[in-house]
Amino acid sequence: MTESTQSTGLAAPKLRLGGADGWGYAPAPESTDHVELRDRYGLFIDGDFTDAADGRTFETANPATEEKIADVALASDADVDAAVAAARRAYEEVWSQLPPRERGKYVYRIARVLQERGRELAITESLDGGKPIRESRDVDIPLAAAHFFYYAGWADKLDYAFPGRGARPLGVAGQVIPWNFPLLMAAWKIAPAIAAGNTVVLKPAETTPLTALKLAEIIREAGLPPGVVNIVTGAGETGAAVVQHPDVDKVAFTGSTEVGKLIRRALAGSGKHYTLELGGKAANLVFEDAAVDQAVEGIVNGIFFNQGHVCCAGSRLLVQESVADEVISKLKDRMETLIVGDPLDKNTDIGAINSRAQLDKIEEYLEIGEAEGAAPFQTSCPVPERGYWCRPTLFLRASQSHRVVQEEIFGPVLAVQTFRTVDEGIAMANNTPYGLSGGVWSDKGAKAFRVTSRIRAGVLWANTYNKFDPTAPFGGYKESGIGREGGLAGLHFYLQPEAAA
Amino acid sequence: MQSSTATASFESPPIDTVGVEERVARLCSRSIKKDAKLHALHLTLSMIDLTTLEGADSEGKVRQLCAKALQLHAALPDLPHVAAVCVYPALVGVARRALEGSGINVASVATSFPAGQAPIEIKLLEVRKAVEAGADEVDMVISRGRFLAGDFAYTADEIASVKEACGEAHLKVILETGELGTLDAVRRASDLAMRSGADFIKTSTGKIKPAATMPVVLVMLEAIRDHYLRTGEKIGMKPAGGISTAKDAIRHLVMVRETLGQDWLDPDLYRFGASSLANDVLRQIVKQGSGIYQSFDDFSL
Amino acid sequence: MSERRPAAAADRLPVLKTHKVYVGGKFPRSESGRFDRALAPDGTPIANICRCSRKDVRDAVTAARAAQAGWAARTAYNRGQILYRIAEMLEGRSGQFEALLAAGGTAPDEAAAEVQAATDRLLHYAGWTDKFQQVFSSVNPVATSHFNFSILEPMGVVGVLAPESPLLGLVSSIAPAIAGGNTTVVLVTGSQPLPATTLGEVLNSSDVPGGVVNILTGRRDEMLAPLAAHRDVDGLLLCSPDPDVTRSAEIEAVHNLKRVAVRGHEDWTDIQSPYEITDLQEVKTTWHPIGS
Repeated sequence: MTESTQSTGLAAPKLRLGGADGWGYAPAPESTDHVELRDRYGLFIDGDFTDAADGRTFETANPATEEKIADVALASDADVDAAVAAARRAYEEVWSQLPPRERGKYVYRIARVLQERGRELAITESLDGGKPIRESRDVDIPLAAAHFFYYAGWADKLDYAFPGRGARPLGVAGQVIPWNFPLLMAAWKIAPAIAAGNTVVLKPAETTPLTALKLAEIIREAGLPPGVVNIVTGAGETGAAVVQHPDVDKVAFTGSTEVGKLIRRALAGSGKHYTLELGGKAANLVFEDAAVDQAVEGIVNGIFFNQGHVCCAGSRLLVQESVADEVISKLKDRMETLIVGDPLDKNTDIGAINSRAQLDKIEEYLEIGEAEGAAPFQTSCPVPERGYWCRPTLFLRASQSHRVVQEEIFGPVLAVQTFRTVDEGIAMANNTPYGLSGGVWSDKGAKAFRVTSRIRAGVLWANTYNKFDPTAPFGGYKESGIGREGGLAGLHFYLQPEAAA
Repeated sequence: MQSSTATASFESPPIDTVGVEERVARLCSRSIKKDAKLHALHLTLSMIDLTTLEGADSEGKVRQLCAKALQLHAALPDLPHVAAVCVYPALVGVARRALEGSGINVASVATSFPAGQAPIEIKLLEVRKAVEAGADEVDMVISRGRFLAGDFAYTADEIASVKEACGEAHLKVILETGELGTLDAVRRASDLAMRSGADFIKTSTGKIKPAATMPVVLVMLEAIRDHYLRTGEKIGMKPAGGISTAKDAIRHLVMVRETLGQDWLDPDLYRFGASSLANDVLRQIVKQGSGIYQSFDDFSL
Repeated sequence: MSERRPAAAADRLPVLKTHKVYVGGKFPRSESGRFDRALAPDGTPIANICRCSRKDVRDAVTAARAAQAGWAARTAYNRGQILYRIAEMLEGRSGQFEALLAAGGTAPDEAAAEVQAATDRLLHYAGWTDKFQQVFSSVNPVATSHFNFSILEPMGVVGVLAPESPLLGLVSSIAPAIAGGNTTVVLVTGSQPLPATTLGEVLNSSDVPGGVVNILTGRRDEMLAPLAAHRDVDGLLLCSPDPDVTRSAEIEAVHNLKRVAVRGHEDWTDIQSPYEITDLQEVKTTWHPIGS
């Protein structure tokens, strides 16, 4: 690329991107005046907010400032028992007795209130979890509302969902969700469950309970019968109590493959229904005929969206050798324009790492990658002093044998490798125990179809990345999970067949 | 200048429309406030090619436009002046006399603007006449018909000939992107123009819609960036048509900053072809100072 | 056919059949060299059958994996024709299978009915190969400028714990798995293994590529755990009414999060639906931009 400039004797052309020199963006913080947060949050059981039976609480903090936001009730086994009992009662006495159309109306109401209170929820999400307001405002909250809206419509159409079969709900669903998309994951879990006629006990992640508790307020505001949705907050022990509860008919879990396997083992032989959405290490393949600038943008969206705290993140970049220098050079330039910092600033691209523990894990991988011989590259953007931050990072010259290529880092860290032929690219993409997602960049339609059909993963993005929609089923092959969420396929996992209607 | 046969034989990279639109949407989500906004507003004024391109243009109209260029808003004496006044060739002399010594350039459209449907000899004569009359900058149109018919060598030769006719004057090459149909064609025309001698590439005549849409401008900026990275040569960019508000202009500056970097945030390398943009920018500048929303009648036409 | 009594002097001495396993399109014996006896209902031995080992399981999985991509890449039409061909061959050998079932204790008229039902079942799934995708795929109307669709893909290698039902159950468990492009390792551990070993011969003469169906005979407690734990097996179809059996296999399956389908019923007469195919499929969602 630089041959001609070398021959003219000029300095190599360099773009002055980002950085502090020249025109920069002033702080543009989202106003938080209208957001009401309480000092203390209870469990949402049987339509009411209550303290934990034993009175225990835990703190939830803002990862951008390390400051405590609120005390949240820590649910024990007794509280989970109460929640499951409430869900069972609501299922037997109310929810399963309602005409499906009326059930759907409740779910529609939730969607509408989510839209009305969208900005408040976006701010809360960014405060509690550290994700940039641009994403919580434009992605998380609208998609959460859309999810409720989509599944609401299914409530009175279940007889049309499965050819030759009738369908009925499973009963009580125990659901455990992660901290990376707190409200959106709650929507993915609750919407199909209750639209299909089940009742729910949901446990949000301990670092991000607030939007789920606001969702509880909204559910109350929408007038849902008590007990249809119960939300119990806590850490791993609370989650274990939910998924192992004997009176739960269906378990839905999103989280690590490690915990997913423990849950799956505990469910063996129980005959209970389950869906598991677990880890990933997706390959994003860039071919030599790709639209390079859009591919670079896709790489950035693939790994730096939500600080890389995304199970389907494109965390392995595979570039065809003939374009590797150009793609990597452009990627570095693009990364220089990424702004790391205050999640509530509308211009922030990469917010705070969700927790101290997660930052420790990411930093450990940064050391591992370097020790393994991969070449790190980080941008020069400034980061705040307090809070948990990680600059966007590349590991160049990474190899298939490196841990930073094999293991899920769950941070803004991209392992970069090259390949020579289509078949080699596919083989490298599939050389992993995971199979959640993958990306393909080629301007040649036939090639894009070939490659997407040969990657063993549940979601394939051709010439795009990290797109989500309530109508589009999502879920993994191999050790990335079992079952699907979203779309008709997602509905399937909250129903059981019965003789044709 | 490169030989025209060489310029015709190259491949431009493919462009994915949906990806470009997504990138633009993300750039548009930047929120520019306070000092950053004020700086951008001043920068915008300094980049404006204040333009009148009407069949009814007269000496009086051009003199009035030049007076506006010289004094954008009497109440704000410290404003930067616009970059240029852009007129038809017949009125270049009028503008030249009105702007003499001001530092404001005179730009002239030429080459049978806006359609470009004239013999090449006539186009070249028109360019020479405009330059003789005092044009510092020439805004040519490419022959879109020949380009769309795949005659890239013709387009390259045409641009190279006009560049030669320009002499010392800077050449802006108008692609008329609204007639090119795809972003792939926009990219190819951009590459062709830059390799054939363009000092600036420009989106539109202002006579065809759509004109300077953000996806089109982004693709052109990326072409300029790639040309720079390949050759070290900095080509300028001029979106024209449809940019009428300060908000639009700031979005363009954000796009320039994040695609080409700080070097292009300069009237030597970035221009807005606009007739009504200046007054909206002025309104915003006054509002930034006073906090009071302004009326258009507070600003001279 | 498995008459072992000494022949009367005037009679012709029957040629006894060696029942071998079916792996990778070949008919080897167990690598272990061990055997078990297949018994008539009265306890009379009627044949020796291979008592396969964990190494036989390993070899069968290798064969199934090697065959999987090619089988999945066959056109749906071709897979349908091959399943139809199996039905043709089974029909042609119906007398042999009726005799095998009868030897295992099935009443003659029931044996005939079971062979016919098994043949018809193969025909049923032969017809589904190029239809289930049409019924169960979707184009998803996403809210962005993308063409988004979800299709079904085979899980890959599916381990099948064959049901006790010696022919109809066996065919009903294998056919939907292979109709959808999976390859299989089938553990035959019931009291009547002879229809299964003979089905291998039918498959082998029906254009089924080697490795698509691999049939092992032997003991469940020796073979099921290594198969269920094997990290190169993608799915399990556990046809057993015994919850202890399925539970322990499910636990082994956790090693690589195999998908597990459990079939606890003993009567396979009505177990026929496209959901038997889709339960052994993955859903893949693909996004393509719509632009110019």
